[in-house]
Amino acid sequence: MSTNAVSAPGARVARRVNYLNARHGVRSWLLTVDHKRIAILYLIGVTFFFVVGGLYASLIRLELLTPKGDVFLSETYNKLFTGHGVMMVFFFMIPGIPGVLGNFLIPLMVGARDVAFPKLNLLSWYLFAIGGLTALWAVVHGGLDTGWTFYTPYSTVYSNGWVVVTAVGVFISGFSSILTGLNFLVTIHTMRAPGMTWMRMPLFCWGMYATAIIQILGTPVIAITLLLVAAERLFHLGVFDPAQGGDPVLFQHLFWFYSHPAVYIMILPALSVISELVTAFARKPIFGYKFIAASSVAIAALSFLVWGHHMFVSGQSVYAGLVFSILSFMVAIPSAIKVFNWTATLYKSAVSYQTPLLYALGFIGLFTFGGLTGLMLAALGLDIHVHDTYFIVAHFHYIMVGGTIMAYLGGLHYWWPKISGKLYPEMWSRVSAWVIFIGFNLTFFPQFILGYLGMPRRYHAYPDEFQVLNVMSTAGASILGLGYLIPLVYFFWSMRYGKDAADNPWGATGLEWQTPSPPPTENFAETPVVTGRPYDYTTIPEEVRVG
Amino acid sequence: MADAAHAVAAGTPPELQHHFTDLEHQREASTLGMWVFLVTEVLFFGGMFTAYVVYRSTYRPAFEGASNLLDIRLGTINTAVLLLSSLTMALAVRAAAQGRKKLIVFFLSSTILLGAVFLGIKVVEYSQKFAHHEVPGPHFVVPEGLPRQAEMFFSLYFCMTGLHALHMIIGVGLLSWLIARARRGDFSVRYSTPVDLVGLYWHFVDIVWIFLFPLLYLLGRHTL
Repeated sequence: MSTNAVSAPGARVARRVNYLNARHGVRSWLLTVDHKRIAILYLIGVTFFFVVGGLYASLIRLELLTPKGDVFLSETYNKLFTGHGVMMVFFFMIPGIPGVLGNFLIPLMVGARDVAFPKLNLLSWYLFAIGGLTALWAVVHGGLDTGWTFYTPYSTVYSNGWVVVTAVGVFISGFSSILTGLNFLVTIHTMRAPGMTWMRMPLFCWGMYATAIIQILGTPVIAITLLLVAAERLFHLGVFDPAQGGDPVLFQHLFWFYSHPAVYIMILPALSVISELVTAFARKPIFGYKFIAASSVAIAALSFLVWGHHMFVSGQSVYAGLVFSILSFMVAIPSAIKVFNWTATLYKSAVSYQTPLLYALGFIGLFTFGGLTGLMLAALGLDIHVHDTYFIVAHFHYIMVGGTIMAYLGGLHYWWPKISGKLYPEMWSRVSAWVIFIGFNLTFFPQFILGYLGMPRRYHAYPDEFQVLNVMSTAGASILGLGYLIPLVYFFWSMRYGKDAADNPWGATGLEWQTPSPPPTENFAETPVVTGRPYDYTTIPEEVRVG
Repeated sequence: MADAAHAVAAGTPPELQHHFTDLEHQREASTLGMWVFLVTEVLFFGGMFTAYVVYRSTYRPAFEGASNLLDIRLGTINTAVLLLSSLTMALAVRAAAQGRKKLIVFFLSSTILLGAVFLGIKVVEYSQKFAHHEVPGPHFVVPEGLPRQAEMFFSLYFCMTGLHALHMIIGVGLLSWLIARARRGDFSVRYSTPVDLVGLYWHFVDIVWIFLFPLLYLLGRHTL
């Protein structure tokens, strides 16, 4: 395998052997243990589930175009938003950046030949795929109407949907998440190249390290919780059943003990992508490297202490509410450190406004907006006012869609030359960045207002006075959908017709740019030795650009 | 790997996977991986321990009463059996480190045997519960003189011990795999990582029981 790249300059010398063309055939992909190929498998998988989740979203927006519930019955509508949530949260957002960019980049960035456990890595993808398809089967064969949160006792006693099958799907893909986190953590601990000390590590790896900690500590708790829900439905065990003395609030505690940190599984990788993009296009060392690195770990630590802010109106004690409120405010500190440091990096730098940076700038704005509204929700009194309204919906979509998906697309553009060896069309990519930004804001900004005016979430009908804002939101969603379609088309297009990419098209630092595009299967011809700090743009590695 | 033959020619041990620099590096990564996995297991069981603590403090009389219905004799025997299995496992790890093939197989087989005894006794205990209608669900009969939340105790009892038993079964599977590998002569003074790692797993499963036994059988027990 690894010897191929060296010993195969036979028939066609012009074509360099790389991970994409080293072996051919479906088997060579489905049985690969190469982290780069597994990243491509994830790319296919998460894109598929993103499209499915997106279709659900478009049906939701279609129904909400008019005040009356005229397209779907309310039961059907419940299944639609559940399908949207389950698909997007568990099978797109959580595996998205770690599965695709994390898999592709971590070994390259730390100068290793692969992740620590390549076979386990492949197993993770299969668990993800099997879990996703299981849940998809359930969602298609009649679906479930519990919301993605599976709240008891509705999910255990009253709901008629495919709760158990969906829970099994989420459970299986949870193990994918655990094993991915384990793999990345061990890789970062043990596989770093000589000289790659912790303080010389790219910030993307720091972010993925913090993410891995959450995946490892949080995911097992949702696994056991879903197992108990399934046991309650199947065997009438009553751990969450009030009829047997069980406490539904305990379910909510256990659920959010994972699912709040899971929000950071979704956003921390995005934050770390942005750190890479900002410094690369500011052409300047990142401001406050240590603070950004430490803030990732701080977010991971704090993420486990704030779950109760989902339960301010669930009958949790007022004093617990107070503590959770204060702790939730504290998450703003490491988050703001990042935003300020990115801004300071861009300040007075020779910014080059290329597509990845457009996404990154969009991210910074939308993430700040989502974060600030998050502070409003952390306030006990205000949260009670807007709880379960569209204000919440808008808030977390600003973080998840405006934040994570923007960063994911920015990162995908930035590393696409490395992944595919091809350049994407610059003009179209700029257009798509703008279309997505405009479409996103038009979709979700009206929802802040709707929520503040009191429109509750999860209803398929609403009073007439909310229609204008809902029409705006639906129009925005159409634009957003178009915006997502454009990159999908030109990424495919570029694989065949795009110009060949140089090894380091951005003139960026980082070990991943010092290997050919696309990289050979063994990543580096020789194990690299790291001698300096990261993001040293005082000496731009010009010779690497020539390749 | 395709280049295994090439690797041997270059003087690299055949156990070494291509992406590690040497066996020590590989062992370090695998061991860290196992420990991290065990951390996830702690959190996995942690969810149920939380539920147990919450309900025990809420429904103390029911839990104490129901606890008395468990067979403490069988529970104690099982604890002893499991501790003994940890000893044989530790001896197997030691034998592997010394590269003594027959001894590895002997101690691993003893560990499997003790694990099987534990599971057998668990089957006896479970069947008693079925016979006495103490299994939660439609056929559950609240034991005389106990609050109805005794059912909750048994819900947790079956979840926790059931999941523990599942881990034991997986452990027995892993031990069988190790025996096959040991017979093939895979382990030597140079390389015995899989035995070490399964050893860690086995001890972990043992420790879970060390917490389950007092929580389920001993706490609040009045008389034997």
